[in-house]
Amino acid sequence: MAAPTRLCHVWVGAETGALKGVNLQRKEATNHVGGSGLSRGRGVSALTWGDPAQTELLVGSLDRSVSVFSTEKGKFTGERLCPGGDGAFCGLGVLGSSIVTAVESGLVRVWGEHEAEEPLQELTAGPGLCRMRQDPTRPHLVGTGGKENGLKVWDLQRPQEPLFRAKNVRNDWLDLRVPVWERDLQFLPGSQRVVTCTGHGQVRLYDPSTPQRRPVLDAAVGEAPLTALALIPGDTSVVVGSARGDVAVIDLRKGRVLRALKGFAGGVRGLQCHPRLPLVASVGLDRFLRVHQLRDGRLRDKVYLKSRLTCVLLSTHLDWEAQEEPPPQKEVKDEEGDELWDALESVPTPRKAKKRKISGV
Amino acid sequence: DLTAGTASLGGEEEHGPVPGDGAGPPAPERVLFPPTFSVSEIKNKQRRHFMFLRWKQQQRKEKLALKKKRRKEREALGDKAPPKAVPKTIENQRVYDETTVDPNDEEVAFDEATDEFAPYFNRQTVPKILITTSDRPRGRTVRFCEQLATVIPNSHVYYRRGLALKRIIPQCIARDFTDLIVINEDRKIPNGLVLSHLPDGPTAHFRMSSVRLRKEIKRKGKEPTEHVPEVILNNFTTRLGHSIGRMFAALFPHNPQFIGRQVATFHNQRDYIFFRFHRYIFKSEKKVGIQELGPRFTLKLRSLQKGTFDSKFGEYEWIHKRREMDRSRRKFHL
Repeated sequence: MAAPTRLCHVWVGAETGALKGVNLQRKEATNHVGGSGLSRGRGVSALTWGDPAQTELLVGSLDRSVSVFSTEKGKFTGERLCPGGDGAFCGLGVLGSSIVTAVESGLVRVWGEHEAEEPLQELTAGPGLCRMRQDPTRPHLVGTGGKENGLKVWDLQRPQEPLFRAKNVRNDWLDLRVPVWERDLQFLPGSQRVVTCTGHGQVRLYDPSTPQRRPVLDAAVGEAPLTALALIPGDTSVVVGSARGDVAVIDLRKGRVLRALKGFAGGVRGLQCHPRLPLVASVGLDRFLRVHQLRDGRLRDKVYLKSRLTCVLLSTHLDWEAQEEPPPQKEVKDEEGDELWDALESVPTPRKAKKRKISGV
Repeated sequence: DLTAGTASLGGEEEHGPVPGDGAGPPAPERVLFPPTFSVSEIKNKQRRHFMFLRWKQQQRKEKLALKKKRRKEREALGDKAPPKAVPKTIENQRVYDETTVDPNDEEVAFDEATDEFAPYFNRQTVPKILITTSDRPRGRTVRFCEQLATVIPNSHVYYRRGLALKRIIPQCIARDFTDLIVINEDRKIPNGLVLSHLPDGPTAHFRMSSVRLRKEIKRKGKEPTEHVPEVILNNFTTRLGHSIGRMFAALFPHNPQFIGRQVATFHNQRDYIFFRFHRYIFKSEKKVGIQELGPRFTLKLRSLQKGTFDSKFGEYEWIHKRREMDRSRRKFHL
């Protein structure tokens, strides 16, 4: 039975091109890309909400097409091609009615509504790009980071120069240059600060409002590359996931590890926290979607989703706490049986003799 | 219970047997013990041991009596006797793994049909294996590599001259190798195996144990011939098991030569993979004779990494985490 798309709490994209909606209460996942639509060339590489009301999903595939999926109708309503540059999408955003796309070769483009048009804006963020994200409070600002490509914050209305270009940390204790590999980044909502996680196991916090271009905080978290980053509502901590399946909650004030989340068998590709409830959803290469509770680190839900998963998106407008009503019981109408029973005489049930308790010996 | 057979009233001390008489004199008819007495309270070790043996004998007698009674009842019932209960084994009690592959599942079938082994299973590539070791291998490992090369067709052994694997791999790809096997050695015995599928394929890291060379195998046959062996993959049921099974299958060419009557078996039981190489002969329709040829070893999967060998920056599809995954004796992953 397909779960209605309005009740899907989590949306997950897979390498085989499947877009799955997962209902956590029933632990069911529905695949919205059918058997013939699956293809490695259409693997999902970016996923984002198309509108603030969360009725449309934008799915970026490996063949450079961005599809629009409507959660109300439960099917794909549109698709457009966004060519230019090389590599897969590493970021998708929405600016008014236009789409912002970024690819691994560094090309960030803003596309208008009609497909055949040239892009409205274009900027080059440098090669080896790993992630592009939009500031949720100021959608015209985007941040980009990549391999040997430090953090840059751009204003889409002025594509020539970035607003903020980060500087590398000082040379290490052997006086060697520290390599740069920004894998994921997030804008902190309260201020202008940006937090990034690197492929060398560091979490860095940058503050463009200060004159310091070096990171304000540089914390080393293990040795494995950190592949995913999610903000915890409250602004003081983040969740990071590594390529070896170590997921930790890091405090941004001191850079310490507050809690580790357990249960992962493979590398983590996507993480997202719920804005109101203390929950974090994670997907990875071990083909499972996991939802953990942040307060005690307990695993709440685990759903097997058959393909390697790359992106996760939470449906936050839904009421997660609401208990689902059980489907109405179908009344079995057996008319012949009813007549038979009505025809029989009713016999009064004999009263059982009350057994008196004998207390004491 | 020790006090079961004996009347116990009041607290008289026990009269144990006098030690030092060899078998010990038979216990007296009525021995009186306090009701809450246990054998472990006797401080004298010899007497305590004797009492314990007596208790054990009594338990065994009771158990045999019970068995006999049950067998008599079963015979008395004859045909109406309930069927014999199947004994519980760890394999019977295995916790159901939700990633077990369902043969009718089309998404999993699509995933397998388009993964990194698809060119091999579509007969587009022919396996060509490079076998090497860790640096400066000792005699046992060298001989094991040579024997492994006779078992796997189209394989070449190269001496590892302290070269980095990340430098070897691009050269292998340029020379059309499809798989790389690295036997790791520790203190003169091989103890690890890294199997990397080459163009961009997954890398599996195993721990290897119980390695037996050809001369250490009893009742072995002659040397393996050049015929391409058949491959048997037993008991790889989960999704991870399927991936590993396909990795092993991709080592051998697709066209087994039944003339050679040789078979390589990878048998998975309780997450340990047993490799055996046999020559078989059908004596009649139902009777087969087998001779073990080549080397034998046991593997246990430690990690499966996506992409070619890159232990530092690679992304792992599965890592064995002992404290989290080995909590239950009845849960297996392959």
